[in-house]
Amino acid sequence: MAVPLGAFIAVSAVLFFIGTAGVLVRRNAVVILMSVELMLNATNLALVAFSRRYASIDERGSVFVVFIFVVAAAEVAVGLAIILSAYRNKPTVDVDEIRQLRG
Amino acid sequence: MIQNVWLIPAFPLAAFLIDGLLGRRWLHKWTGVIASFAVGLSAVVAIGVFLEVLGGQEHTTVTLYQWIGVGDFHINVAAFVDPLSSVMLLVVTVVSFLIFVYSNGYMEHDHGFHRFFTWLSLFVFAMLILVMADNYLLMFVGWEGVGLCSYLLIGFWFERPEPYVAAKKAFVMNRIGDWGYTIGMITTFLVFGSMQFTDVFEHVTIATQANLTLICLAFFFGATGKSAQLPLYSWLPDAMEGPTPVSALIHAATMVTGGVYLVARSMPLFEAAGPSLAVVGTVGAVTAIFAATIALVQFDIKRVMAYSTVSQLGYMFLALGVGAPVAAIFHLATHAFFKALLFLGSGSVIHGLGGEQDMRKMGGLRRKMPVTFWTMLIAGLALAALPPLAGFWSKDAILASAFVNGHLVLWAVGIVTAVLTAFYVTRALWMTFYGEPRDHHLYDHAHESPAVMTLPLIALGVGTAVLGVVVGFPPEQGFIDTFLHPVFAGEGAGHVPEIATLVTLAAVSVAAGIVGILVGYSMYVRHRPDPAAVSRAAGPLYRLLVNKYFIDELYDRRIVEAFRAAFGAMWAFDVHVIDGLANRLGWLAARSGGALRGAQTGVVGNYALTIVGGLLVILAAYGSYAVGIFPR
Repeated sequence: MAVPLGAFIAVSAVLFFIGTAGVLVRRNAVVILMSVELMLNATNLALVAFSRRYASIDERGSVFVVFIFVVAAAEVAVGLAIILSAYRNKPTVDVDEIRQLRG
Repeated sequence: MIQNVWLIPAFPLAAFLIDGLLGRRWLHKWTGVIASFAVGLSAVVAIGVFLEVLGGQEHTTVTLYQWIGVGDFHINVAAFVDPLSSVMLLVVTVVSFLIFVYSNGYMEHDHGFHRFFTWLSLFVFAMLILVMADNYLLMFVGWEGVGLCSYLLIGFWFERPEPYVAAKKAFVMNRIGDWGYTIGMITTFLVFGSMQFTDVFEHVTIATQANLTLICLAFFFGATGKSAQLPLYSWLPDAMEGPTPVSALIHAATMVTGGVYLVARSMPLFEAAGPSLAVVGTVGAVTAIFAATIALVQFDIKRVMAYSTVSQLGYMFLALGVGAPVAAIFHLATHAFFKALLFLGSGSVIHGLGGEQDMRKMGGLRRKMPVTFWTMLIAGLALAALPPLAGFWSKDAILASAFVNGHLVLWAVGIVTAVLTAFYVTRALWMTFYGEPRDHHLYDHAHESPAVMTLPLIALGVGTAVLGVVVGFPPEQGFIDTFLHPVFAGEGAGHVPEIATLVTLAAVSVAAGIVGILVGYSMYVRHRPDPAAVSRAAGPLYRLLVNKYFIDELYDRRIVEAFRAAFGAMWAFDVHVIDGLANRLGWLAARSGGALRGAQTGVVGNYALTIVGGLLVILAAYGSYAVGIFPR
C-alpha cells in the first residue's frame, strides 16, 4: 500500500474531466471517440483502486472492469463504423457539419 | 346395419366435397349424377337401418367420437337411432333422392348446375345430422347447417335482387328463432348438466316447472323460426324465389319439419312442462287457419303451395299440442310426399311454360302435361284429405286426437282449415290445368317435362296414394302407431277411442274436404258465384288477404325501423365517441411531439452537453443529500 487511495482517485477524476472536456470541446468525431475512451478508463482506474483497497470485504469492482473493456471495444467498433458511413455520405468527420437529424 | 348408420350422412358429404372441389372445372353435368347416386346410397342404408329398428332395436346410440369433454360434461358426435329418427332418416333420404333425380332435368340449362348440387348435397348432410343427433348441441350443428344451405339455395339466382333479399330475410328470421334454440339449449345444460337426450329425459323430474317451461318455450320459439310458424313464418313464402326443387326439398319436405321434429324429440320435456303444450297447439292452429286464408287469394302457384306448407306445419304443431306426436310425425311423413309432389308438379308446369308462375296465365294444361296433371291431382286430393290418399289418414289422425283429447276449439279450427285447404287446392289445380288457355302464346309452347322429371313425380304419386293406407290403417292402431309408440310411451295416448267415434270424426273431416272442393268447383268452374264478384263484394277483407294481413309491412314499420334507428344511434356513438376518442389521443400525441421537436438540434455537441448537464444535476442532488442540505 505504497500509493494512497486518494492519489488514484485524483488521477481518475483528472482523466475523467479531461475526457469530458474533450467530448464537449472537440469537433473531430474520431477524437470525441478517443475522449470517451479516456472517460471509460478513468472509471476503470477508480474501480480497480476501490476494489484493491477494500479487497477484504468485496472484490467485485474489478470484475466490472472486464465488462467495461468489452463495452468499450464494442463501442469503438460501432462508433468507427458510424463515422465511416457518415463519412461516405458526406466527406467530413466534423460533428458540427453532420446535423441532418435535426427535428 | 345400425352400426353403419354414419354412412347415411357420409355419402352426401362426399358428394358435396367431390362436386364442390371438382364440379366447376371437370365434372359439369356429372355433378348431378354423382349427388343423386350418393343420396340414393344413403336411402338404401336408411332402409336397412329402418328394417333393423323394425326388427326390435328399440334404441341404439352409435358414437363416432367424443367432441367435447370437460369434467363430467360430455358431448359426443353420436347418432341416436330409434323409431322416430329412423322414420325421419327414411323420409329425408327417399324424398331427397327423388328430388335430386328430378333436379337433373329441372336445372339442366342452368349455368350454376354444379353449384346447385354442391349446396343441395351439403343440405342433405346437415339435415341428416339434425335428425340423427343424440344431443341438443349436435342437433344445433345440423340445425344451423340446414339454415345456411337454405340461405345459399334461396339466393341461388343472386343476379336478380329478389332472391338475395329473400335469402337474407330467411336467414335473419331463422337466426331470431335460433336465439330461442340457444336459450333453450343453455338452460337445459344449466338445469340438467347435460345436453344428451337420454340423460335429460331421464331426469325431467329434477327440474322445476318454471325452468321446464322456459326451456320448452325457448325451444318452441326456435321451432317457429325453422318451421315457419307465427310470428316468424313470413320468410317461407319469400323463399319461393329459390329454384323449385329447393322449395320442394327444403321448404316443404325436410328442413321446415325440423321444428316439428325438435318438439317431437323433446316430448318428455313438453309433457312435463304444464302450459307449453297448450302454447304449441294454439300457435299451430292459429298458423294453420291464418296461412290457409292467405293461400285462398294468391295467384303465384308456388306462393299458394308455400302458404299451404305453413298451414300444414301448423297442423303438425296442433297435433303435438294436443298430445298426439305420432299423428304429427305421420302427417310430417305424408306431407313430405304430397307437398314435395305438389312443388315438383308446379316446377314441371313452370319448366314447361318457360318460367311462368302466374296461374292467371295458365289454364287447360292437362292436355299438354298429362303426367304432371295426374300426379298433381293425386297430391292435391291428398292435401284436401280425401280417402284413401295419404293426407286423409294423417290429417284425420290429428283431428281425431284433438277431438278425443278434449281440445274442441282446436278441432273446430282444424276442420275450418280443412275446408279452406280443399278450396284453395281446387282453385289452384283448376286454374292451372282446366278451363280454356288464358295465354295462347304460353299454351302453344307448353310441353310435358322429360322422363327424368316425370318419373320422380310418378314415384311420389305412388307414395302419396298408398303410404297412408299402408302405415296408417286402422286409425290409432296402424303400423305407424305401434312402431312409434315406444318413443312416446307413457304419454296419455293410452286409451283407444271407439270405432264409431273415429268413423264419425273421419266422416266430418271428409265432409269438410268435399265442401271445400265443391265450393271451389262451383266458383271457378260454374262461376256461381263468380270469383271476381266475390272479391269485389268482400272488398276490404279481400285486400287484407291479398296483402297477407300486412304482416310484412307491420314488421317493417314496427321492428325493422326500430332496429334501424337503434343501430343508427350505435353507429353514431361509434363514429363520434369511440373513433373520436382514438382520434383525439392521436392528435394529442402529434401536438406534443411537435412542441418537443425543437430539442432535437441534430448537433452531437448539444446532446453531449445535455448528458453532462444531467450528470451534474444528479451529482449535485446526491451531494446535497450526502451533506444534509435536503432531508432524506
